[in-house]
Amino acid sequence: MATKTQQQSDVTHQYLRVKKSFPNVWCAGCGIGVVMGSIIRAIDSVGYSKDEVVLVSGIGCSSRLPVYCDFNTLHTTHGRALAFATGVKLAKPSLKVLVVTGDGDGLAIGGNHFIHACRRNIDITTVLINNQIYGMTGGQCSPTTPHNAYATTAPYGNNEKGFDPTVLAKAAGASYVARGTVYHAQQLDKLISGGLEKKGFAMIEAISNCHTYYGRLNKEGDAVAMLEWMKKHAIPARAAQGMSPEKLQDKFLTGVLWDVDMPEYCQEYQKLIDSFKKKE
Amino acid sequence: MSTATTTARRLMQGNEACVQGALYAGCRYFGGYPITPSTEIAEGMARLLPRYGGHFIQMEDEIGSIASVIGASLAGAKSMTATSGPGFSLMQENIGYAYIAEVPCVIIDVQRGGPSTGLPTKVAQADTMQARYGTHGDYYAIAVAPASVRECFEQTVKAFNYAERFRTPVIVLTDEVIGHMREMITIPEPGELEVIERARPDVPHEWYKHYEITPTLVSMTAAMGEGYRFHTTGLTHDQEGFPTARPDEIKQKLDKLKFKIMRFADELVQLDTEMMDDAGVCVFAYGIAARAARQAVHIARDKRIRAGLIRPITIWPFPDEQLREQLAHVRRVLVVELNQGQLVHEIERVAPKTCKVVSMTRYDGEIINPVEIYKRILEVK
Repeated sequence: MATKTQQQSDVTHQYLRVKKSFPNVWCAGCGIGVVMGSIIRAIDSVGYSKDEVVLVSGIGCSSRLPVYCDFNTLHTTHGRALAFATGVKLAKPSLKVLVVTGDGDGLAIGGNHFIHACRRNIDITTVLINNQIYGMTGGQCSPTTPHNAYATTAPYGNNEKGFDPTVLAKAAGASYVARGTVYHAQQLDKLISGGLEKKGFAMIEAISNCHTYYGRLNKEGDAVAMLEWMKKHAIPARAAQGMSPEKLQDKFLTGVLWDVDMPEYCQEYQKLIDSFKKKE
Repeated sequence: MSTATTTARRLMQGNEACVQGALYAGCRYFGGYPITPSTEIAEGMARLLPRYGGHFIQMEDEIGSIASVIGASLAGAKSMTATSGPGFSLMQENIGYAYIAEVPCVIIDVQRGGPSTGLPTKVAQADTMQARYGTHGDYYAIAVAPASVRECFEQTVKAFNYAERFRTPVIVLTDEVIGHMREMITIPEPGELEVIERARPDVPHEWYKHYEITPTLVSMTAAMGEGYRFHTTGLTHDQEGFPTARPDEIKQKLDKLKFKIMRFADELVQLDTEMMDDAGVCVFAYGIAARAARQAVHIARDKRIRAGLIRPITIWPFPDEQLREQLAHVRRVLVVELNQGQLVHEIERVAPKTCKVVSMTRYDGEIINPVEIYKRILEVK
């Protein structure tokens, strides 16, 4: 009998463009591959067909993800994935639109589109892979690089504070906000499928490792060491409710952090279109 | 749909005529951002698109506007945006994306004075070269320039036709005066003007190549969600759309972008001429400047000066061959532009040695008037 891991791999392999796009660009041990597996398994679990799924990304390591997947895939310009995705979704609301972005792509150059996609509450599921650094260009600091952490453009320590994309998404008006890690891959599957089933804007932050740059520059070790760090520092949101602030210091919350039902942008627009049809 | 348009003769702004032309052409998606002097186009689309079953969205900026337009086009909708100078600049990176990813869409640039914020409420024709070379890299552009309200309608329809036929972004270059002035216009009946749809794939899903090299170099276009599952990227790609670093495939891609348009340049050229048969001196102008130039030429003819007018409606591709022909028997060509001299360099490039090229410019936010041009004709003739 196949093990659960084998079964999961079998599912993932059905959705890969094995012939054309491999080998991938990611470093050995990179967490982005884990997120790709989670996205695929989440799509499979909610039963969407390959034809109705559109996977949109911007520029960066995380944004190379769609090319490997056998969906309708759209690799756009730096930071603009959500804006492209908005056009796809609004022009054809029957499509299931996912955006894959990173901390630099989604929160720096794409920060404006990020908050406005949340505000519109358009039915797009966004997976923001946060490795706290620009990997593709070689280790520059990003909007989530912690204060005093090192990057090639912060050789004396980061003078800026990093921000929390989950708090930003909630404040900006998203319906569903969650955080997982690439260590907790099975939980990540569920968090993404929860986002897919949500009618409205869903943002799932996936904490990932860039051992090549972030780990090396900040002496956090290799991929395994960084995964262990995630294991030790992730606290399920529910468990955190009964914990003291001292215990939660240096920790981050995982799980579904925000989940509400609000009117969705495309559905509301369709009501407007229908109202004109009735008049005729 | 009968509620939205009327076929009666109507007094209409150029910007409104662009809206009506877009709807006539089948535009069903508009993503935009307010900017003077183009805003009436967004407002008109916001009002009318839902009545046609289409979608309007006001995006957070111009970068997002053109991005959403490209996304909507990939999903199968005829899509457009409208903007002016600063917004046109912001859009340039994603317009480049539309060139390389070969996504049909229409961008209307209602020109105002620049650079930067410049003259938001005043006229200019200073984006002439931006419409050709605005984004980085090698590519070939199509841009049309209406000179009346009626032409705003017709050229918007044409812009969609070119976009869909050649699978490329097309620029409609109007200006503050053309956009805001009102003229009488009769909206054509459905079927009166040609409306072109993008070529749809007629092959099994597994045979489909989103960038297949065809005899015309224009590939079939599937929409997302139809089972073809293609990849779209701004990276230089092969015929299937996957990134490539192979020199032969890179060259093939850039040649495709060039020749799918330039092989058909003759079909794209729209050149309006008046009284050129015996002209010794002629005025070359487009858009609002051509309106004044036309009047000046008529004044000159009244004074028995053999003047003529050349008015390009298609600015890009530039009508090289047609101009060489027109200028072969002309001694002087006066190039009138509301900028510091942009198209004049193109004329200098194509004009025969027997024809002297004289530049006449105005860039103080005012339109040029016929008498100014007439006086200059007298000086150079």
